[in-house]
Amino acid sequence: MEFEIKPKGKLSIGFKELWDYRELFYFFTWRDLKVKYKQTFLGVFWAILQPIILTTLFTLGFGDAISEKSNIKIPYPIFALSGFLLWSIFSSGLTNAGNSMVNNSNIIKKIYFPRLIIPISSILISVVDFSIAFIVFIPVLLYYDFWFNSLAPVYIILSVLLTTFATFGLGTFFAAISVKYRDFRYILPFLIQVLLFATPVIYPLKFSSNEILHYLFCLNPMNAPIELFRASIEKNNNIDIQSFILSTSVIILLFMLGIFYFRKTEHYFADLA
Amino acid sequence: MKPILEIKHISKKFKIFHEQQPYLSLRDSIVGLFNNKKTREDFWALRDVTFDVFPGDTIGIIGKNGAGKSTLLKILSKITPPTSGKIIGRGRIASLLEVGTGFHSELSGRENIFMNGSILGMRRSEILKNFDAIVDFAGVEKFIDTPLKHYSSGMQLRLAFAVAAFLENEVLIIDEVLAVGDLEFQKKCLGKMEDVSKSGRTILFVSHNLSALKSLCSKGICLKDGKSSFIGNSTEAISYYLDSRKEHISIVKQFDSSYQKEDFSLHSIKICNSVSDNANIIVDNLPIEIKTNIEIHNQGNYHISYHIKNDLNELLFAFYNYNSGVTLKKGHNNLTCMVPSTFLQPGYYSLNLYIVKDAVYPIFIEEEIISFNIIEGQVVTGINASSLPGYIRPKFEWSN
Repeated sequence: MEFEIKPKGKLSIGFKELWDYRELFYFFTWRDLKVKYKQTFLGVFWAILQPIILTTLFTLGFGDAISEKSNIKIPYPIFALSGFLLWSIFSSGLTNAGNSMVNNSNIIKKIYFPRLIIPISSILISVVDFSIAFIVFIPVLLYYDFWFNSLAPVYIILSVLLTTFATFGLGTFFAAISVKYRDFRYILPFLIQVLLFATPVIYPLKFSSNEILHYLFCLNPMNAPIELFRASIEKNNNIDIQSFILSTSVIILLFMLGIFYFRKTEHYFADLA
Repeated sequence: MKPILEIKHISKKFKIFHEQQPYLSLRDSIVGLFNNKKTREDFWALRDVTFDVFPGDTIGIIGKNGAGKSTLLKILSKITPPTSGKIIGRGRIASLLEVGTGFHSELSGRENIFMNGSILGMRRSEILKNFDAIVDFAGVEKFIDTPLKHYSSGMQLRLAFAVAAFLENEVLIIDEVLAVGDLEFQKKCLGKMEDVSKSGRTILFVSHNLSALKSLCSKGICLKDGKSSFIGNSTEAISYYLDSRKEHISIVKQFDSSYQKEDFSLHSIKICNSVSDNANIIVDNLPIEIKTNIEIHNQGNYHISYHIKNDLNELLFAFYNYNSGVTLKKGHNNLTCMVPSTFLQPGYYSLNLYIVKDAVYPIFIEEEIISFNIIEGQVVTGINASSLPGYIRPKFEWSN
């Protein structure tokens, strides 16, 4: 096994190296999950509680008004919960990934491994949380006498993948840039909060009649996965193709930007962190 | 035989910031665009370092603080890239720049072994295979499922070293690992490292403990201001290093304005015999005075502490004026500390200075702030005093 250490590495994702270190993904994700729920009374129920509480709040507060004003074909609690389930991957994944490099700076400074493992595993935690929270989605569907359509597994897996990619793009970017500029640690929570209201989580995409606003909404990376996820429920399988393509392109763009910026700057993390 | 590591013309540049926080902020960068005041300066931590490492070598890297030792190890471990030059490697490298990297206090001992092992590059199967041996080496069987936060610091350290001890990589890079832990633990580490080197693996080792380096390493590299000033066998490298340090011997040291701090200004340190005709040499058979001229700016509770080290860089003992009845007052202070005659053996010594506030907070630390040589003042007939063993030769009161 021969290798070289040179001033600057190549600009690639470095799949081979990531594969060589594949066990570390597991260990980092496992460590953070363990630590997250250690010494908590409710443990993993926290993953379920958050979307449930948010859905209940919004259903009680705005449910009727939003349903009336738009043509949602599914009961509002199903609508909101499906949004919040995916949104929680994005928001908690992005928060954790964005802070991950700074939080793990003590490890980065002392040992080498592909740096991408850190933000990726902090996003994987949110995916694990999602799969736990997803369990509550089924009784809610049954309660309202709804069920998935035949293509549901494809839609759901694809929507989770799209969410992960969107989170990954932004997450790696914020992880890398906050090593250099700590300002972004403060920008991130604010940005996530703003994005929540610019995403069709609590109201449908066609809620506003303003043209420009509509297109801005379409560009939102979380638009495509949430629409796709909702399309897995029967009687609701219509996706606005135009907005889906726009949003997916933004995801691909963010993914490439994130990975490019991360790989370009990662060599100097140890010097700056 | 091909070298396992070829280090070719490695240089590393850092930018150092003047009067600025080390963290960048966006605002500073934007302001910096319009404000061309030069606040940064280039600093070469390493300059054109070239050497080859062959399989089975144990190489000790020696040098003063800031000579570039740790930077070299960081580049070899791929943590930070070199600014220029390249390294060709032909084997799996494991680097131990710290014991217990990735340890988490909430996880149990068992979980931490897996976490730490995998960060160090061990496969899960390797960890499983060595698990019992690791636990046994660390001696923590009873607490293996207890969270790490309930471990004593000694137990944490033993566990961390135990994991590292079972690394099976061809090249091991070790930075000052032995500076932590008690004497017994250090001996255990050294013993384990000797086993490793005997098994034919390659070790690169940084330590200030010159006697450990001497016994463990076959080759030595001396770094000075980022350049490799000497490469050869370890005994030669150590004596080269000691000689180069002795160039700095001075018995009076005046300090410039960089020693004027907010709380104090350090003016001078002088070491001399209390009664002596020749001010340029220090002899062992007369009392030795260490005079510190320091100005304290604020009213407060300050004291100074010296750590004295011998030529092998071993810390002999510390002494200070705390609770001595002599305090540092606001204004000029001329502290004199008297070391009794024949207390120190003839030889080379250096002092670390600590200036301490409120008995606990060191506000200033400088290693090897002054170095001096003590020579034999008198050839004693009969018993040759200099051949007496031990570090010190105190005169005790005898009675009959």
